[in-house]
Amino acid sequence: MNELLLIVTIAGQRVALPAAAVESVVELDTLIPVPRAAPHVAGLSALRSRVLTVIDCMRSLELGATDCSDGIREAAVVELDGHHYALIVDVVEDVVEPLSEPTPVRVAMGPGWERVSKGMVETESGPLLLVDVAPLISGAEARAA
Amino acid sequence: MDDLIADFVAESREMLEALGGEIVAWEANPDDRSRLDSIFRFVHTVKGNCGFFEFPRLEALSHAAEDALADVRAGRRHADGPLVSAVLAVIDRIGEMISAIEAGEEFPAEDDSALIDALEPGAEGAAAPTAVAVADTGRSSAPRTIRLSVELLDRVMSTVSDMVLARNELARRLREAPTEVSVGGAFERLSAIIAEMRDAITRTRMQRIENLFVALPRMVRDLSAELGKQVLVDIEGGDVELDREMIEMIRDPLTHIIRNAVDHGIEPPAERLKAGKREIGLVSVSARQSGNQILIDIQDDGRGIDGKKLVAKALDVGLLERDDAARLSPREQLALIFEAGLSTASEVTAISGRGVGMDVVRSNVERIGGIVEVDSTPGEGTRMTLRVPLTLTIIPALTVSIGNQHFAIPRSAIVEIVRANGESVTLDSVGGAGVATIRGIRVPEVALSAILGLESEIPEAERNLVVLRPAGGDVYALAVDRIHDHEELVVKPAAPAVMATGLYAGTTLADDGSPILLFDPAGLAEVGGVKLEVQERSARVADGPATATAKAVSVLLFRGLDGARRALRLAVVDRIEEVPASAIKHGAGQLRVQLGEAILPLAGANGDLGKEKVRVFRLNDGAHEIGYAFREVIDLSTIDNEVIPADNPAEVSGVTLIAGEPAELVDAHWLFANHLGTSARSSDDQPICRLPSGDPWMQNMLRPIVEAVGYRVVGDEHDGDADLVITSGREDGRGKAARTIVLRSEPEAAGAKDDSIYRYDRAGLLIALKSAGGGKGK
Repeated sequence: MNELLLIVTIAGQRVALPAAAVESVVELDTLIPVPRAAPHVAGLSALRSRVLTVIDCMRSLELGATDCSDGIREAAVVELDGHHYALIVDVVEDVVEPLSEPTPVRVAMGPGWERVSKGMVETESGPLLLVDVAPLISGAEARAA
Repeated sequence: MDDLIADFVAESREMLEALGGEIVAWEANPDDRSRLDSIFRFVHTVKGNCGFFEFPRLEALSHAAEDALADVRAGRRHADGPLVSAVLAVIDRIGEMISAIEAGEEFPAEDDSALIDALEPGAEGAAAPTAVAVADTGRSSAPRTIRLSVELLDRVMSTVSDMVLARNELARRLREAPTEVSVGGAFERLSAIIAEMRDAITRTRMQRIENLFVALPRMVRDLSAELGKQVLVDIEGGDVELDREMIEMIRDPLTHIIRNAVDHGIEPPAERLKAGKREIGLVSVSARQSGNQILIDIQDDGRGIDGKKLVAKALDVGLLERDDAARLSPREQLALIFEAGLSTASEVTAISGRGVGMDVVRSNVERIGGIVEVDSTPGEGTRMTLRVPLTLTIIPALTVSIGNQHFAIPRSAIVEIVRANGESVTLDSVGGAGVATIRGIRVPEVALSAILGLESEIPEAERNLVVLRPAGGDVYALAVDRIHDHEELVVKPAAPAVMATGLYAGTTLADDGSPILLFDPAGLAEVGGVKLEVQERSARVADGPATATAKAVSVLLFRGLDGARRALRLAVVDRIEEVPASAIKHGAGQLRVQLGEAILPLAGANGDLGKEKVRVFRLNDGAHEIGYAFREVIDLSTIDNEVIPADNPAEVSGVTLIAGEPAELVDAHWLFANHLGTSARSSDDQPICRLPSGDPWMQNMLRPIVEAVGYRVVGDEHDGDADLVITSGREDGRGKAARTIVLRSEPEAAGAKDDSIYRYDRAGLLIALKSAGGGKGK
């Protein structure tokens, strides 16, 4: 596997996103809430005349809510099925090259993490969880359904 | 047809060009199966198309080539040199013929039989291969159209949409920062170009609805054959253009409706004959554009839909309560066909009638912002009408807000906007749910803040009610905090997680670059708990008693300016207007109010008019109008108690109990009788006076006096008899008038015989006018 990885921190955990899926990293300022939407949909934001659906990764992983009150949040913009999403993360760190193919994680993680896991990859800075973007976006409800 | 031929030419030419290389390769290696296949496909396609277009020569040629190649493909024959040459010669001839068709020329009458014979096994010496010539004829007139992939068009469209949004953002930045005039000018030009480009690209995505219609005759033919019926399809308006995406969206609903029409609508031939109809049933499909909508009518002359059967079925499956069922109007009965789980087919057929169908049709049509309506006369046929918007991407919308968040509502769904505290609106709470009464009609009312779970800063009474009619027909009122603006919004589909709420139809960007959610009115109603289907029925319940007891008189209960509780028969109230107090003035002997262009006598001004706004009923007796000032409307009610008449005829004709309290009943007749004065006489029984049209003195000075006495003034050109003619000379023909008054300009009479009147002798003039009018009218 020679796909680049974007290392981000979600809920204090360093995880890897497939860098190819990430279009850009942005700082969100205004957030327009979407009333009645699933809780992990933090709202809408605009990026260069495009509407982004903002996903609160912590809520999607059922690890509590990201505090959006202080304004600017870092987010990774991904495209899925023609829609653009901004995934709110704590910190965006770096792009690295994986040193291994993803391997199954052989220890029980939180249910949220289990759902988005694509396995564990070795990197220079140690093993990281490779996160699948789609279940992250569909949130906890989709799994129940 | 011309278009189809052009398509055929373009397609054939394209294939010919692509084939150019293949032919050469095949010639080099006649055993190459894939080359053989592509050449076979070409002649096969040409043959098929020729049969359709009636090009017998082309057909014969391609047919012969196809036969020969089919033999080769089946291994019955070996592709030897002469065969290859013969096939190539045929292909060349096809190319030439297609060029001739394209140029609209008659193809030189040659005999093709030599070419065809050359295809026969063992034939010798066909024309030498001239593959190059094909390419030449292809280039001789370059095609004026090119084929593009739909994805490319979609990409261009979405780029243009983005460009519009980017332009909006730039416009906002320019507004915020002071810019030079020249920059503004350049931006204006850019804007105009972008707008034009958007138009153009929208058009490129337009497709003729014919593409949807071409498949119908075949479908109907197959269906009717299967069902043992005879059905003719009549298609009209195939040249109407519609967004490509839209065409795809209506394909299924349209197909389904037509299947239904053939399966359930059209009767078997024997039954049709018995009913006195032609054996052959007719399904006509027509499309037309109306504003920014496309209307597609599907009409059959079959047995129609029996509303009562539908009702019975609905009762059976428990869709409807018996009480409600009795009150359905014929239209509502028919609308039941769109309910899930209802099918009138007595037996399930393979084609339709599984009870899934019309509800799916409706939801599919509604999803694209369309409406489907049904109209049917039992025994005569059914008409289904699909109304769909022209395009999906640009939607006129109204922006509203709640708290500080903006939302958009598609304008097509908005019926009207009223203030919650407006005089014609009352808000009630029924078991905690809102019911708004707007001009006497009860509609469910839901607060947007409640649906969205947002805080509203504005008290209920000060909100605005947006009356919505979601695709489908039933209205409800949505209370919003503020109404902002009408805008044309470029709407994009929202992410699935957002759409899952069922509330939104998409997202868009406002001018300030912030995202706005576009509501789906039907979804709002559903989430808000408005039962749309039930609603129409219960609205009828509300006015049901009124129609049942025909004697009950609807009255408008209001409070007069003097504070008295009064009622006025609803029938005489045309509408309610609000005028500035300055529009009410004394004029010509009584109080009058100016309403728009009209000046009407004003009644009811028995109290303080107030300083700013006065509310006025506009009363109409069919011929004349008067105004009636009042303070506020209390309610709409009916007189169902005894009316105690007043002793003397006056403004109030009696008192009665309305809603448990006494109210004075205003006598509209008395109002008109007393406030209209002379103008009350309708023109029919008014005496007619003819004045010379060309005489300015007559027209300007005399006419008002004559009219004040009660005459209707006509000019010279009036042909009929006049009751009175006023003239300044004796030459006017007296015969046509009952009486003539001659006016003279000198004070003194010319002689004893002179019965003319001095034109400033007002008293004499008035006496003459009144005595002349005495014979008729009053």
